[in-house]
Amino acid sequence: MKVYKCFRILGWDFTITPVRFVLTGLVALMVATVVLRLLTGFQYVTNLTDETPWGMWIAFDVMCGVALAGGGYSTALLVSIFQYKEFHVVARGALLTSLLGYILVMAGLFLDIGQWFNFWRPFVSWGYTSVLFEVFWCISIYTTVLSIEFFEIITERILRKKLHRYIVKILPVLVVIGLIFPVMHQSSLGGLFLIMKERMFPLWWSEFLPLYFLLSSFFIGSAMVTIETTLAKTAYGHEIPHNIMLKLTRVGAGMMFVYLLLKLYDLFEKHEWNYVFQGTLQSNMYCVEMLFGILIPLVIIVSPLSKKRGGLLTYATLTVFGVILNRLNCVFTSMYESGSYFPGIGEIIVSVGLISMGVLIYCFLVENFNIIGNERAVQVKIDKDKDIKNLIWALLRTKRR
Amino acid sequence: MAVLVDITKCIGCEGCTVACKRYNNLNFKAKPRNVKDDGNVELDDNRWTVIQEFHGEKNDKLRFVKKQCLHCKEPACASACFSKAIQKDEKTGAVVYYPDLCVGCRYCLVACPYSIPKYQWNEQFPQVSKCQMCSERVSKGDAPACVSACTTGALMSGDRDELLKKAHEIINSDSRYINHVYGEHEVGGAEWLYISDVPFEELGFKDVSNVPVTSYTKSYLSKVPGLAACWALFLSGIAFYNYRVDKNRNQIHDPHDNDDQDKEG
Repeated sequence: MKVYKCFRILGWDFTITPVRFVLTGLVALMVATVVLRLLTGFQYVTNLTDETPWGMWIAFDVMCGVALAGGGYSTALLVSIFQYKEFHVVARGALLTSLLGYILVMAGLFLDIGQWFNFWRPFVSWGYTSVLFEVFWCISIYTTVLSIEFFEIITERILRKKLHRYIVKILPVLVVIGLIFPVMHQSSLGGLFLIMKERMFPLWWSEFLPLYFLLSSFFIGSAMVTIETTLAKTAYGHEIPHNIMLKLTRVGAGMMFVYLLLKLYDLFEKHEWNYVFQGTLQSNMYCVEMLFGILIPLVIIVSPLSKKRGGLLTYATLTVFGVILNRLNCVFTSMYESGSYFPGIGEIIVSVGLISMGVLIYCFLVENFNIIGNERAVQVKIDKDKDIKNLIWALLRTKRR
Repeated sequence: MAVLVDITKCIGCEGCTVACKRYNNLNFKAKPRNVKDDGNVELDDNRWTVIQEFHGEKNDKLRFVKKQCLHCKEPACASACFSKAIQKDEKTGAVVYYPDLCVGCRYCLVACPYSIPKYQWNEQFPQVSKCQMCSERVSKGDAPACVSACTTGALMSGDRDELLKKAHEIINSDSRYINHVYGEHEVGGAEWLYISDVPFEELGFKDVSNVPVTSYTKSYLSKVPGLAACWALFLSGIAFYNYRVDKNRNQIHDPHDNDDQDKEG
């Protein structure tokens, strides 16, 4: 029996693969957990305590989610403003990943707030002294802008006559607006930690935190685009020339070098070298983060290894790992006592479920809209069946197995 | 309104904690949620103030320390709140929480340098909980409930400047006292002031700098609008330049075709 099935229902392609069955299951599990969380509060779902008030949902879903979604704005900046026309092939994919990233971030944030029915308060009750206020507004506006930008791709297929040309007309304005806000809130996410000076481990707290977060979101952006295109290549056979990817990551690596210089300046300026090598959990985590997340990727990108696909992928993976570790360190390692927090099973289910949902939506959109270079991407090795009867049959058959 | 705590006079009778629970309708039966390694009970959602006991370095002294919100002059929690659910009352100086405005992001819990605000983790729609300095009583001219309940004179309420003067007088008149009023300058100063005859580090007080933590966010946020405006101008400038370049190029290639191609992704 064939495991890959593609069905066309009312003109829309739905692909069923075993992986997607598992992902759908994870999403269903997440939905149940979300309902439990929203109805009962935090006690059954999370491991949060007074000592560790921010957990996985903030540190991973929000902090890392936003950073990973940096690919959208960094690519748009290079393509539309600095006229790197050859990067245009990855722009749409990056845009979609960003949009999905932000929607998932908003979902994560919504779950993490205690009185969720009050989520709209900051729109009317302006706590303008808070950096979170800026983050909140910027993320809201940017997600809206991203959605409209993405609507251009949607309207290529539906509502083409009615809406498409209007969206194309306002697109240049949207692109500019869509570059102001991400830059503002990527840096503000670092700004969130400025007020925690008395609580954070000195290696992570710095007045440059906003700049660190901005720079790292830029270079994790291009690394993420590299990983995404590699995945798209395996799944959809859609290949992007290696030299383009190399050039794109080299721009990111340049930012990474600036980041490293700033970090070093910080260490010298504040005389913090004794913290780096004191052998505690904090200093070890810092060394791991800097070595594997910054130094080794930089070595890879200047060495001949980067000419190979594997080398570039290693660079991207390490970079993503490094930035994720940095965000987790900022929240957990630097603020909480060692080992006092580990995410609860509910928190993990929700995070995994959100990511699975993102993957499913990505696949559906890529298969139905012109995102990675062709009208409709088709997963390789797929056997095309065209009526609804087969869908039902496939569902039944898979159940029996 | 400020309060001066003379740690030497506290006998640990817990009268203040009972008064606090009664006045604020807190649950007497709730088990302590946060117990420290040394056995002292920490604040939680049903304990807005606690008495902690310290035995000194050589186990020769017994001191009781009342812990509650210090009501900073530059409160980090209020500055961190993005929906103005925590505000500093100008008249009384109390840092007051308004549950109706609260979204529940817990940024205040993370922002507070003393880790004072706590959260109702067992509630369906949890709220932040912290000492409100009995702001209703205080605005009527009364002392906070805990101060009224104190029988030994360890808690004194009054005007902050006068209390500070008094604190320094006490320190100068009695050589046993440490020459340090905790809360006078700590992260910009607080409404609650402590004097003691045992060094504050031995009594669980956090050693913090005198710079208010809100100054870092303030200086960052003051730069944001200007930088954002410059960035926006820069972007629109380049975008317009690109647009003109494209238009000119199109005209050179094909003078009749004025429609520029969309290039954005």
